[in-house]
Amino acid sequence: MPTRLPGVRIQSVSLRFGIVYSVLFIISAILFLSFVWWGTIGLLDQRVRHSIAVDAHAMLTEWAHEGVPGLENLISNRLAQDIDDNAIYLLSAPDGRLLAGNLAHWPARVDHAMHWQTLPVLRDGQLNLAQTRVWMLDGNYRLLIGRDISARTQIQRMLTDAMLWTCLMVGLLAIGGGWVVRTLFRQIIHSINRTTLAITQGDMSRRIAVSGTGDELDDVALTINQMLDRISRLMDGVKQVSNSIAHDLRTPIARARAELEDASRHATSEQALRAAIDQAVVNLDNVTGICEALLRIAQIEAGTRRSAFATFDLASTLRDMAELYEAVAEEHELKLLTDLPEHLPFMGDQAMFQQALANILDNAIKFSPPHGSISLSAQKLPPAIPNDREWASTIRIKVIDCGIGMNSADLARASERFFRAERARNTPGSGLGLALVQAIVELHGGTLYLTHNTPGLVVTIDVPALHVLSDKT
Amino acid sequence: MRVLLIEDDQTVRNFVAKGLSEAGHLVEQAADGKQGFTLASQDKFDVIILDRMLPGGVEGLHLLETLRSEGNLTPVLLLSALADVDEKVAGLKAGGDDYVSKPFSFSELQARLEALVRRNRNEAQPLTKLSVGDLEIDLLSRSVRRGGQKIDLQPREFRLLEFLMRHTGQVVTRTMLLEGVWDYHFDPQTNVIDVHISRLRQKIDKPFDHALVHTIRNAGYMLQE
Repeated sequence: MPTRLPGVRIQSVSLRFGIVYSVLFIISAILFLSFVWWGTIGLLDQRVRHSIAVDAHAMLTEWAHEGVPGLENLISNRLAQDIDDNAIYLLSAPDGRLLAGNLAHWPARVDHAMHWQTLPVLRDGQLNLAQTRVWMLDGNYRLLIGRDISARTQIQRMLTDAMLWTCLMVGLLAIGGGWVVRTLFRQIIHSINRTTLAITQGDMSRRIAVSGTGDELDDVALTINQMLDRISRLMDGVKQVSNSIAHDLRTPIARARAELEDASRHATSEQALRAAIDQAVVNLDNVTGICEALLRIAQIEAGTRRSAFATFDLASTLRDMAELYEAVAEEHELKLLTDLPEHLPFMGDQAMFQQALANILDNAIKFSPPHGSISLSAQKLPPAIPNDREWASTIRIKVIDCGIGMNSADLARASERFFRAERARNTPGSGLGLALVQAIVELHGGTLYLTHNTPGLVVTIDVPALHVLSDKT
Repeated sequence: MRVLLIEDDQTVRNFVAKGLSEAGHLVEQAADGKQGFTLASQDKFDVIILDRMLPGGVEGLHLLETLRSEGNLTPVLLLSALADVDEKVAGLKAGGDDYVSKPFSFSELQARLEALVRRNRNEAQPLTKLSVGDLEIDLLSRSVRRGGQKIDLQPREFRLLEFLMRHTGQVVTRTMLLEGVWDYHFDPQTNVIDVHISRLRQKIDKPFDHALVHTIRNAGYMLQE
């Protein structure tokens, strides 16, 4: 994966965050201002129309009662009382003569239908905008009532100006705010990014700084740190195992190679040649055996073999194994004693338990001096808390030998892959036997204990009898 | 017997073909699944040795399943680098009769091949008595006699002898015995099988003037007159 250095990029998440923030801010500001604008202007328009409508009502009543002279009178009165100086009236006769009003002539673009119209009108030598409406009266008289709305136009302009300025300010604020958001975000991300970048480049000791406030970021940092701890533990394990693999495979390969080369150079007869080749084959078979054991351990540790779990009688399985090994023990002048119950129902992988027990018995026989004895026992321990289903009872399998045993330091390491105690170096074996037992016992949710037996070794396996499949993998 | 060998690795193929020819068998070879399938469906063979991972688009198990679905019942021995128990189970489920994982020793392969062909021939008639030379066992009363003299055997020793007698004149390997007599599928570090064979010899060979159980170097054991 290419490592990317921090910088301003279009794809930057922090920049996107900033931009999203700005856009949201601008949109909400524009929405708010538009509402104010339309609200104000609309209210002003409504007032003008209302006052025109009130005027019109009075004038139409006057027209109905008093006719032309009454209306002329009323218009003059109204104009005289017009303090705001914004009222516009005009009354025209059927022949087009102007009878009353404060406009010099009938506006050119007036609509004769009774619609609201905004027209430019000439008043006092000034062209102003006016809101008008025309009423057709009986006998083709026409009445125009309007209001000069130049004041409203001024307010509108002022508001528009204010809006533009506000937009500018909002824009600046949005960009500034976006920048702040982006910086904050980048700081968080970069702390994580710097650490992971360092780790990618091989520095596994780096950890993300934890502020100690216990916020969400600390949670993330802690989780990542824990993950890193686990990864480095696993890596150490892998490193150790691959070193051991390289070393322990080298030995039989080196032997095979030496034998073949030696035979190729020095063998004088076909028989000697064959013997060397056969010996090399045996050594290569050893290599295969080690590979197979490693694969099996890895497979068991991955937990994929749970599918083969079934119920079987552990006691009879152990009895059969004891029968198989009893003959071997006898050949080594050892006694194999058993203490097994009649039945011991158990849920697990029978083939794997046989393998585990074979490994333990192989070891016991291999490391015991003649005339000793090996004991195999199994028993069901009562549950720690009686009648509690959670604490299913435990089955304890014990193999005790009186062989060379191990010192305490070796006991702790005995189930590691490829570990071989100093005193076992000269015996055949790969150092994988107990590692496989350990993996099998753990797969069944149990524990493997190795303890002293002055002299000798006690191998104890504790497994839950009613095996409940745990979610732990 | 006629053997069809389907294996893509030339070294392994030559090694197996040479060994089987030396043992007096007729070997046909195929380097990929297609060719192998054509040969298997055209000709009649006593046994087929089939590699699992094959080039040419026809994978071993697929080939086997197709053969079986066409009613071809030739015994098939699967040969594969896939050595997991699960893989073995998959191979046997697909219709394989035996499974040998690579790397393998030739004697193991040969012994299993011969056992397979023999089993295929013998399956028809159920036996109640087996005999080799002056040794005879009764499968119903589970009694053993040699030269008219009764021999007492433990149940497991009886099953070991029965297995050897069912494979008279054939090499049986230690793995075959562990699987066939004890039904164990693991690899013991110590010589458990040798010890049990030696115990059996004590009872059926030692008191008599000539031995019936023979050790075959680098391979296993054989019961023969």
